[in-house]
Amino acid sequence: MTNSIPELKDAELIFVIGSNMTEGHPVVSYYVKQAVKKGATLIVNDPRKTDLTRWATHHVQIKLGSDIAYINGLMNEIFKNGWADETFLKEHTENPDDIRKWVESYPVEKASEICGIPVAKMKEIARLLGTAKSAAVCYTLGITEHICGTDNVKTLANLQMILGNLGKRSAGLNPLRGQNNVQGACDMGALPNVFHCYQAVNDPKVIEKMEKAWGVTGLSDKPGYKMPTMLQKALDGGTKILYCIADNTVQTEPNMAHTIKEIKALELFIVCDIFPNLTTPYAHVIFPVYAWGEEEGTFTNTERRVQRVRRALSPPEGCRPSWWVLQELGKRLGVDLGFSSSVAIYEDMRKTATSYAGITYERIEEEGLQWPCPTLEHPGTAFLHKNGNFSRGKGLFSKTDWVPPAELPDAEYPLALSTGRRLWHYHTATQTRNSVGLENLFPEELLEIHPQDALKLGIKSGDLVKAKSRRGEIVLKAWVTERSAPGLCWTSFHFEEACANVVTNDVFDPVTETAEYKACSIRVEKVKDAVTPMIDLHRQARP
Amino acid sequence: MSVTIDGKLFDFKPGATVLEVAREHGVKIPSLCYHPKIGPAGRCRICVVEVEGQKGLETACTLAARDGMVVSTDTPKVLEVRRMVVNLLLSNGEHNCLSCEQNGQCELQDAAYQLGIEAPAFVVDGPPAEVDKSSEMIVIDRRKCIMCGRCIDACNKVVVNEVLGMGERGHESRVVCDTDRPMADSTCVQCGECSQLCPVGAIIDKKAIGKGRVSNLTKVNTTCPYCGVGCQLTLHVDKDANRIVKVTGREVLPNNGMLCVKGRYGYEFPSSPKRLTQPMIMKNGKHEPVSWDEALDYTAGRIKEIVAKNGSDVFSAFGSGRITNENNYAIAKFTRAVIKNNNVDHCART
Repeated sequence: MTNSIPELKDAELIFVIGSNMTEGHPVVSYYVKQAVKKGATLIVNDPRKTDLTRWATHHVQIKLGSDIAYINGLMNEIFKNGWADETFLKEHTENPDDIRKWVESYPVEKASEICGIPVAKMKEIARLLGTAKSAAVCYTLGITEHICGTDNVKTLANLQMILGNLGKRSAGLNPLRGQNNVQGACDMGALPNVFHCYQAVNDPKVIEKMEKAWGVTGLSDKPGYKMPTMLQKALDGGTKILYCIADNTVQTEPNMAHTIKEIKALELFIVCDIFPNLTTPYAHVIFPVYAWGEEEGTFTNTERRVQRVRRALSPPEGCRPSWWVLQELGKRLGVDLGFSSSVAIYEDMRKTATSYAGITYERIEEEGLQWPCPTLEHPGTAFLHKNGNFSRGKGLFSKTDWVPPAELPDAEYPLALSTGRRLWHYHTATQTRNSVGLENLFPEELLEIHPQDALKLGIKSGDLVKAKSRRGEIVLKAWVTERSAPGLCWTSFHFEEACANVVTNDVFDPVTETAEYKACSIRVEKVKDAVTPMIDLHRQARP
Repeated sequence: MSVTIDGKLFDFKPGATVLEVAREHGVKIPSLCYHPKIGPAGRCRICVVEVEGQKGLETACTLAARDGMVVSTDTPKVLEVRRMVVNLLLSNGEHNCLSCEQNGQCELQDAAYQLGIEAPAFVVDGPPAEVDKSSEMIVIDRRKCIMCGRCIDACNKVVVNEVLGMGERGHESRVVCDTDRPMADSTCVQCGECSQLCPVGAIIDKKAIGKGRVSNLTKVNTTCPYCGVGCQLTLHVDKDANRIVKVTGREVLPNNGMLCVKGRYGYEFPSSPKRLTQPMIMKNGKHEPVSWDEALDYTAGRIKEIVAKNGSDVFSAFGSGRITNENNYAIAKFTRAVIKNNNVDHCART
């Protein structure tokens, strides 16, 4: 996030796109709803009628995967009416004339045809955005999990730059990151092109610095493979060993049958985890490791806040910390990595860190600090690009053009399927289904389907149905609900008994290699009538 | 600008209430309906104070501090009114502390203790109050409800889930979910903010009932293991049983005490009997438990062998968005410094 979560409560306008935050990031939604209570305008842009739409000034129910056309159309209208922030464009961006020209090919009339939003409504949304003093954009995986995910993000960045909404409080471009430490995993250099703090592996100076600090030679300056490539390479022998910590790969990658084929092709598959899951059966070695609550350390949240994690429980006797396993393997392979405790590892990282250099365990004993925090005296950074000064100098607009999802509904697979998370569960549910009561609140996976489609197929809530794509099929109960749009179904990947990733499409954004989890096509058939009809009480987040 | 409280002079910022100024400087004024997150409520009237030159008493939580104001918080008149308020509250419900979850952290109990009330002075016959145990995580025990309204403000103003409200009128008034549905059938999402702010034992965490007195539990501050918000939590741990009994939100950034159903109630998984607890190696198509040394020797040997034959590029590693920074740094450093390639990634892109 360029900005901080609590700033949202003071926003004048909040533009939420591709984010079901009442379920995925409930505490963020509390701040957004507090802002609404104080009079903020809330625009929720989503193909689904998520619970947040209850509080929205406008629910803009765009068609699945039409984001670029919709946003470019809004920008066209914003320029046409003179609502762009010309001062910001002139002083803080490199190529304002380009973006003006690019969005000319997206008049609202054309955009409206693609995204399915009436012209008058699009004009109203453009007016609200264009005339607000500032606006915060929040997005989640509904933006990134498309074959055009990178361009989706760039389009939102373009929008916030033409409106001058960066570098100030209660505004900005705010991706809500899905997992507790996905920000930290990136910051720590669990990425193929950078060391920790985004220091490039192909920069000779960085390599020299790391070799010196780590006391090793021969570090590679060739960027490594991204996760989907690593897996694909297993099939032609390019990847033979995979070391996997806390990643239930089989259940989380798209097209499960294909993922299993890739994993089976490995010569050595090492898994460090806390529970048996769909992935562990394929492991050649399993290392049982400490869980949350059993080890010291830090997590970094979506607003770049580095916070302490502490030990509260004694771990089971046979378990070890994940880092200890790596230390022991390193020793056996001839390198002493120097991992003796969490704090020792953190300090080892900090020695060569940039944006984390000023953050120590001691400083975050009571409350976390937000990076960049380059020195021990630095107070941390609540929001980035202050006064419109970007890290690269001036903001650069990128050209983006709308492309439809890779797989569109057709005669054989007539319904679109989108996937995501539910309030009651997390990821592959190994944590939530092993905690008391959450499973009672949401005991099995459901296929959300719009009443119009359900009527055509003769399906009622609670009926057992089969959802079949070109890649596989799952059998689960139907939830007939207006949360879905006509022609659109939805389900999650939490339950191994009926996991969305059996049917999702393994096509990827060419830059990030993020899969298009948010759009594929399915056919739905009834398997069995419900024994007892499921009652829809119109509760939040469950039938 | 300054105000005198119990003979001491305190500076204050314009807009502050007498209660806020007093608390800031360590002067204790009890409050049952006021909570810093909700602001002035003026309902319970236990925070009354005497202001020089003014007839009658004022509620400190709604009283704006004025320059030169002289306030007394413990005159006989104030204490008499407070005693009456607490007596009436105690008489109006079934405040039996013996097995109450809130015993030792109950604000009504504290007030009674400070005022030296051993037993309620009156007997009041009200309509029977029910206990709503229908929901998975939260119990509403209306027998102990003092109608302070904190839970309603918590639900409507803090987390803005808009479920709780005051139903009926007069003697019959009570806290209800939606249109007086059982909590389990209401729109409640079980975030538990109501239980966190309830000053008494009227809204409590169901799973913690009978699992440990507050005095026997150890508090450990940590970060939530679920989504990317990074809510700050306090784990209430029974060290002898080696289990987490209850979770509360810390009133600090980024969450200011607020949590969701997973963060507040999804805490038992580390103690699950289903945990992996032994290293295992696949032998003849089956996982067999082995010693740590055997598992490590085998793995290191295999890595050495395969890399020697095929080059280091055949090694890849996944860190994770669910493990600590330290563990992610460890896998990144291992891949780079031991294997000497950059094939390390994690689930950020998938």
